[in-house]
Amino acid sequence: MAITDPPKIVTSRLGHDDSHTLQRYLATSGYEALRTALSMTPEAVAHEVDAASLLGRGGAGFPAGRKWAMLRKSPVTYLVVNGDESEPATFKDHLLIERDPHQLLEGVLIAAYALQVTQVFIFIRGEFALGLERVQAALNDAYAHGAVGRDIFGSGFSVDVVVHPGAGAYICGEETALLESLEGKRGFPRIKPPFFPAAIGLYGEPTVVNNVETMSNLPWIVRNGGAAFAALGEGRSTGTRLFALAGHVNNPGVFELEMVKTTFNDLIHAPVLGGGIPHGRALKAFIPGGVSAPWFGPDQIDLPLGQDEVAAAGSMLGSGSIVVMDDHTCAVRASWRITKFFARESCGQCTPCREGSGWLEKIMERIETGQGREEDLDLLLDACDNIAPGLTWPPQQTTICVLGPSIPSSISSAIQMFRDEFLVHIKEGGCPYA
Amino acid sequence: MSERTTPTPVAAPRRAGAPQTPRPSHLSPDTLARARQVIGLYPEPRSALIPLCHLAQEEDGWLTPGAMTDIAGLVGVTPTEVLGTASFYDMLHTEPVGTHVVAVCTNIACLLGGAIELLEHAEESLGVNAGGTTADGAITLEEAECLADCDRAPCVQVNHRFVGAQTPESFDQLVAELRSGARSADIPDHGTLIRVRRTNGLEADRAQVAAERAAMAGAQAQRSAAAEAAKSASGTVAATSGDTGGGS
Repeated sequence: MAITDPPKIVTSRLGHDDSHTLQRYLATSGYEALRTALSMTPEAVAHEVDAASLLGRGGAGFPAGRKWAMLRKSPVTYLVVNGDESEPATFKDHLLIERDPHQLLEGVLIAAYALQVTQVFIFIRGEFALGLERVQAALNDAYAHGAVGRDIFGSGFSVDVVVHPGAGAYICGEETALLESLEGKRGFPRIKPPFFPAAIGLYGEPTVVNNVETMSNLPWIVRNGGAAFAALGEGRSTGTRLFALAGHVNNPGVFELEMVKTTFNDLIHAPVLGGGIPHGRALKAFIPGGVSAPWFGPDQIDLPLGQDEVAAAGSMLGSGSIVVMDDHTCAVRASWRITKFFARESCGQCTPCREGSGWLEKIMERIETGQGREEDLDLLLDACDNIAPGLTWPPQQTTICVLGPSIPSSISSAIQMFRDEFLVHIKEGGCPYA
Repeated sequence: MSERTTPTPVAAPRRAGAPQTPRPSHLSPDTLARARQVIGLYPEPRSALIPLCHLAQEEDGWLTPGAMTDIAGLVGVTPTEVLGTASFYDMLHTEPVGTHVVAVCTNIACLLGGAIELLEHAEESLGVNAGGTTADGAITLEEAECLADCDRAPCVQVNHRFVGAQTPESFDQLVAELRSGARSADIPDHGTLIRVRRTNGLEADRAQVAAERAAMAGAQAQRSAAAEAAKSASGTVAATSGDTGGGS
């Protein structure tokens, strides 16, 4: 499969060192899309986003237009932007926040106008100190430029934007936990239903929550039309998408690729993309969409980077992060570390997640350190089954949010694909890779 | 910025060297003024709780009991609720920490890049375990979860500033520079998160904004009604783009 050369929709300015400044933004068609949008009706702007079939880029892949449509009948009170990027090995929003904050702001303002929202909160992960400073500086400049605030660009539309810093909690990427955090509380996900904060969101008011990359696509969509966006990609996966490639590759980084047209093999091995695996080693496994996703082996490497294609193969494109593991990687150690992450980040509300993650971490640790027992494999799978009954994909849910059902993915993948490795750890009393 | 307390494992005296006469608040007048501005940005004061905790850490380096009492008063909750909220979040330190919080990520991408070995080296060379603070109060070492800088693994942050991938050798060099103050221009002391202050805001009272919003909602309802009427009149779905209105 060839690697296509699509237009750079969200990464066009990243070649410039000053890509985060208003000066560079204005010199590269910055805020033109906002002026265009303001000359249209809000409904017409929303219609373009519908026509683009833009799928949300946060991880769940829900169509942004449909999310908005749920609210079109009643006025929306708040727009909240989810910039709490914390899914392990996902670093694409980090790039957009730090390197092109005006593009994010312009997207946010277009969305605010389409939804007729006058109050926006941009929730940015607290650990992104530079990102927070860049977005705040961009907001100050955008105010001075007349793009935010009272009567923006003389349109009669007024909107205020607040940059809100998080304080370090993975779970706040879950949108209802994010809203709780934004209300000044512990980041506890809210009971569903309602499944979306559309009706009952921030302070109980109708609220739209969208991801940073989703928002960053809007200026291009308004400038070029939703149809031009939908012409890229294939099927339900339209446009381009940022893929964050990390782990054992020569050239890790964030790549903007046309959806579906590129395969995992291209991404990992093409010289202009991942550049292959270092030290001439072979591929052992890769995680296709964040650590919540089940792993893939070398035989699935020719799958295209499309939401439905990856789902049909039993995993998810999720947050768009791909982790590559070479054949010198210990599968037990890798899945233990992922399990430790979930145990640490479980908010503690639901028993299966809180207790299950801790149990799983301890069992994984004893296997990795040579204290494991042969019956531990069944015990692991049994505990996983208690969190996500049946260990199906997508998983069954026993908890308020999807953190719990995400825990078993790495363990069940590792056991399924590398059972022998677990047994070697147990029989030889240690890690064969150590 | 006020003077920093020396990290100790027990509840530290508040702001060593501060005047002994009782004062109405722990936070400085400047921090209090900034806090009131931040509260003004939100429809509900409590939403400012976490941003205010960051401001308090900027003043003290950590979240002191006195600051929590002040924040509680400012946003209208009890000090216990401030503690109960703050204790949920990794970045809010309710115990003293060093001038530099050095976070080594060991999550999956960094693990594959040798992060566990780097953390072990850091523990050995600093003489503290992850979570501990060096005796001179300069460095608190943390084992971090993914910090979203995975193409520069193993990833290290100092006071939430990215310092790029580190080797054991470069790590020791980094620590030496932190101790000597050579990095103080780009890495402020722990607690200072956002050095860019907000300079603008909506200069309108909330009632006026609410009235405008009601007017916009009315206009929106009229447009939808018109679109519905057009739809039922023509029997087709109006799918217009451009500035002529309608929508689907």
